[in-house]
Amino acid sequence: MIAIVDYGVGNLFSLKSSFSFIGEDVVVTGDADTIRKSDKIILPGVGAFEDAARKLKESGLGTVVMEEAKKGKPLLGICLGMQLLFEKSYEFGTHEGLGLIKGEIIPIKNTTGTLKIPHMGWNNLIFPKNRPVCPIFKYIKEGDSVYFVHSFYGASCDKSVAALAEYGELLTAAVWDGNVYGTQFHPEKSGKVGLNILKAFCEL
Amino acid sequence: MISKRIIPCLDVKDGRVVKGVNFKGLNDVSSPVELARYYSENGADELVFYDITASAEGRKLFTDILVESASQIFIPLTVGGGINTVDDFDRVLKCGADKVSVNSGAIKNPNLIYEAAKKYGSQCVVISADVKRVDGKFTVFAKGGRENTGLDALKWIKKCVDLGAGEVVLNSIDTDGVKQGFDLEMLEAVCELVNVPVIASGGAGKESDFIELFKTLPKVDAGLAASIFHFGEVQIPHLKETLAKENILVRR
Repeated sequence: MIAIVDYGVGNLFSLKSSFSFIGEDVVVTGDADTIRKSDKIILPGVGAFEDAARKLKESGLGTVVMEEAKKGKPLLGICLGMQLLFEKSYEFGTHEGLGLIKGEIIPIKNTTGTLKIPHMGWNNLIFPKNRPVCPIFKYIKEGDSVYFVHSFYGASCDKSVAALAEYGELLTAAVWDGNVYGTQFHPEKSGKVGLNILKAFCEL
Repeated sequence: MISKRIIPCLDVKDGRVVKGVNFKGLNDVSSPVELARYYSENGADELVFYDITASAEGRKLFTDILVESASQIFIPLTVGGGINTVDDFDRVLKCGADKVSVNSGAIKNPNLIYEAAKKYGSQCVVISADVKRVDGKFTVFAKGGRENTGLDALKWIKKCVDLGAGEVVLNSIDTDGVKQGFDLEMLEAVCELVNVPVIASGGAGKESDFIELFKTLPKVDAGLAASIFHFGEVQIPHLKETLAKENILVRR
């Protein structure tokens, strides 16, 4: 069973539907025991880092997610959920994340001043050359498009980068370290490519 | 880099798609769910559902359709029509919409944009503007283009973006239905004004209209149309092939 962690952030309708659509047993839950009993964990999130990090901490669910991930259970953070896996974020101040992925969250630079922020829309994935293809990408290929909506991104995480996307600079599109995975984009909004990523995660 | 988006718009009234459609392989051509699925499997990058229902019963049907669509279509969904309050945002977002577009509701109460952006984020709030030239000036119309508000369109759109709108759908009443191409002059004026995505609407009649749009105005992010897609005059997969040949980046 897949547990989507419900800590009061964002709309989980599409995410839940996408797992149901590919035939997975999925539950949206804020219950620690249910998360502990699950086979795999999804950490979703939209909105501001500080607010989400606080809710995750206050609900005690952040600790549960960390404990389960450290036991080796597959964990996938999506969008802000991915950013929360990092050590810290500089989104409107400095805030601590779960620290499961080494690195930090910083604003998209927009050095030329011509980019529209947020980075919103379909962008194609670039796979790093120095690592094998990430297991959750086994059913897709480099160059496939996925759907992004974000203004901040993961940096200083070279060893964990599983995919990049070009937007003025190279942005971290996905991370992978052991059993911990994260996508900056929304697989549940990325059509067949996205469903194939979720399917591969379920098969881990 | 981000690809240019092609967006079909489905006008829904009392649970059915208005404007006939004639696709092979579609059993029920006026079923919004079937049509939405057809588009999502055939190259659409995003879908807009526009609720033109007036009755409460129709509204309930609309949200049922939204739920059914969002449970089986996994591309971004934008919903518009009858959005007057933050509660309306809440209603459609819970049914699986990703973005909500406001038009007359924001003209009546511009603060709606600010309140919704604060609660759901700017990326969720789309300002849809129906604009027509009146005495040579771009002027905003409300109620589906029937009522002249007297508002200066450029000032209005700038104000909406300043209040928190994260995307602009610019529908030119002057070119709408004429099928002679998008309103490039009007679009350019808006692109120069705001730094959020701009979606062109009104006037597309053939593939070359999209080429002209993206070549002339690289700042435009997406092209939206309804009947030319519904009637199969332009097929999205073929349109995308043509755009790619012209070196315009599209998702394939």
